[in-house]
Amino acid sequence: MNDMRIVKRDVDMNDIKISAKGVQVYYGDTHAIKDVNVEIKDKTVTAFIGPSGCGKSTFLRCLNRMNDTIDICRVEGSIQIEGEDIYDKRVDPVQLRAKVGMVFQKPNPFPKSIYDNVAYGPRIHGLARTKADLDEIVEKSLRRGAIWNEVKDRLHAPGTGLSGGQQQRLCIARAVATEPEVLLMDEPCSALDPIATAQVEELIDELRENFSVVIVTHSMQQAARVSQKTAFFHLGNLVEYGETGQIFTNPQDPRTESYITGRIG
Amino acid sequence: MSTLLIVALVGALAVVGYVLGVRRAMASADGDLRLLHSLKGYYGQNVALLVLVPSLLVLVIWMTVQPLLIEQSVLGMISNTDVAQGSSRSLMMADVRRVADGLDVAVAQGAMSRDAASDVRVDFTNVRERLASVGVAVGSTVTQSTLEAAQKFRALAATGNMIRGIVVLLIAAAGFGYALKQTDKDFRARNVVERGILVLLIAAASIAVLTTLGIVFSLIFNTIDFFESFPGADFFFGTRWEPSFSGRGGASDLGFLPLIWGTLYISIIALVVAVPLGLFAAIYLSEYASNSVRSIAKPVLEVLAGIPTIVYGLFALLTVGPLLVNIFGADGLLGVNWMSGGTAAMTAGLVMGIMLIPFVSSLSDDIINAVPQAMRDGSYGLGATQSETIRQVILPAALPGIVGAVLLAASRAIGETMIVVLGAGAAASLSLNPLEAMTTVTAKIVSQLTGDGEFNSPETMVAFALGMTLFVITLALNVVALIIVRKYREQYD
Repeated sequence: MNDMRIVKRDVDMNDIKISAKGVQVYYGDTHAIKDVNVEIKDKTVTAFIGPSGCGKSTFLRCLNRMNDTIDICRVEGSIQIEGEDIYDKRVDPVQLRAKVGMVFQKPNPFPKSIYDNVAYGPRIHGLARTKADLDEIVEKSLRRGAIWNEVKDRLHAPGTGLSGGQQQRLCIARAVATEPEVLLMDEPCSALDPIATAQVEELIDELRENFSVVIVTHSMQQAARVSQKTAFFHLGNLVEYGETGQIFTNPQDPRTESYITGRIG
Repeated sequence: MSTLLIVALVGALAVVGYVLGVRRAMASADGDLRLLHSLKGYYGQNVALLVLVPSLLVLVIWMTVQPLLIEQSVLGMISNTDVAQGSSRSLMMADVRRVADGLDVAVAQGAMSRDAASDVRVDFTNVRERLASVGVAVGSTVTQSTLEAAQKFRALAATGNMIRGIVVLLIAAAGFGYALKQTDKDFRARNVVERGILVLLIAAASIAVLTTLGIVFSLIFNTIDFFESFPGADFFFGTRWEPSFSGRGGASDLGFLPLIWGTLYISIIALVVAVPLGLFAAIYLSEYASNSVRSIAKPVLEVLAGIPTIVYGLFALLTVGPLLVNIFGADGLLGVNWMSGGTAAMTAGLVMGIMLIPFVSSLSDDIINAVPQAMRDGSYGLGATQSETIRQVILPAALPGIVGAVLLAASRAIGETMIVVLGAGAAASLSLNPLEAMTTVTAKIVSQLTGDGEFNSPETMVAFALGMTLFVITLALNVVALIIVRKYREQYD
């Protein structure tokens, strides 16, 4: 069955993965996201850019219903992943989050060993039948996270003892270990130095082979480097969405142009 | 010169110094505030501080050291042959002090003339009866050597007090003069006062620490006295606790084991009740409860911590004990006869556990809240449910802190007295049955000291040895708890 899915993916490789229609988000009385419509393609890196407080992180967190953990947050409209409405009552947000992985702004490894950090998701979701299975998943994930060579000799050392860049790659490995279909990244490089950033960016590009990646970033250079599609958010509105090259060289909306040239922010 | 008078004089000098300091500073600046280095109040405070701090410091030190020195010199007067049977040097010394104080009181009340009080002949002055008539009770008949020592004690104390008064006042006056001489418009009074305040704060902190040391020392000497009259091995390893009071004669068994067994048994029952309940309550309050529930439930839970333990004791005696007898006693619900009376280790343990719930829950709640939100987000982001997140991420991260909280609760359980006195009974037993009456170290300390035994008998002095042992045990627990809590704290900084 797995094989069939891979074949199917090959066929509709550039199909729509996530489709959001008329999304409104409220924090109490604040209207944080105003009528956002966007279609995110599979096996593509999509970047969300925009000034602070424009709602890009909020919108990102809608895609795996992380906003459910905030009491005062209310989401309206429809978000479909592969044609299935994720805000439908029958959808279990916990299952959804296994399918839509997330990497956070600050590296947040659990205070456990490197191995246990990566094995956390597979253990919860019962992805491994045997210890050998689990070892294999952990190794594969760490390789995908481009950190295997650095940690293979100390898998049982605490994950919190790694450097910031290593921790973030560990978190990415942890997220891919549950075999998600979509990987959400909320400013994954904002706490990293340029070298670690370059490593993570290279990694994002590799991840595109298997996942649909959505990345929120404050760095326009980063968006230009890693993404194929870019969405510009401003004051809760999705102002412009298109090919990255087109957004950065020939923006249609004057607000986009002002932002990328540094006049608003 | 009395202490109160000295303090009053120094205080008055400080007030005068404040006023003069302010005036002198203003005068040096020709009445123009802006020319002063500091606000004028600082000049006054500088003088007042220099008057108060050194002189009162010397006074306090003098008052601590003088009695020690006097005792040393008087102690030499008591020969070994005078030390009565079953008594000790330090107890004799207590007698000497009591007689000396009594004579002072008698003179102050006019029951004795100054000369009569200085008389050293026991047979003529009949010291014991005379002291009793002014309300000072002396344990045994006053011997010649005791009285002589007491007179020496009084003489030394009087001279010491006189010199003390003079020295303290001289120091205060020196501070007064020096500070006033310094006072000038360019003098940096503000900086000096700032440093003075620092010194005062340090002093306040050290008093708290020194008190702890004082408590230890007061126990140590009495404990040493006890071990001089009772073999340590019998105390630490004895399995029977059967003190015999002097009236009945015979030797006592003062074994520590049944008491520490009772203490640990009851504490463990209490922790078995308190830790799960408190921890689950903390998890509910910090992870699941909505804000409105938490704002009501948390204070209500913490009210439990404010109930005096004697009230818990009554609850044990009147409610929990009879309830347990109804279940486990003869004609009880279970039809077994395991429990004969309401007072039992189980009764005290259950009630003590209820008392400890707020300690565990409120400390654990703080610790769980201190686990960063990023940990929860990370776990939810991987598709973990709330309870999986708590079990696998939050609790392991908070575990060291929770262990610290439990150890703090344990040291409270070990030190608890009233619930045990009312709930667990008074019989010291090395029994495994939790439904049997037991007693603890603290409860026995109370009963040994409040009995009518002689103060210098091992049966009474054992209380200090018990207290010291308990102190060491709880101190060790607290130290371990602090180390664990500190280790935890470093993890997220």
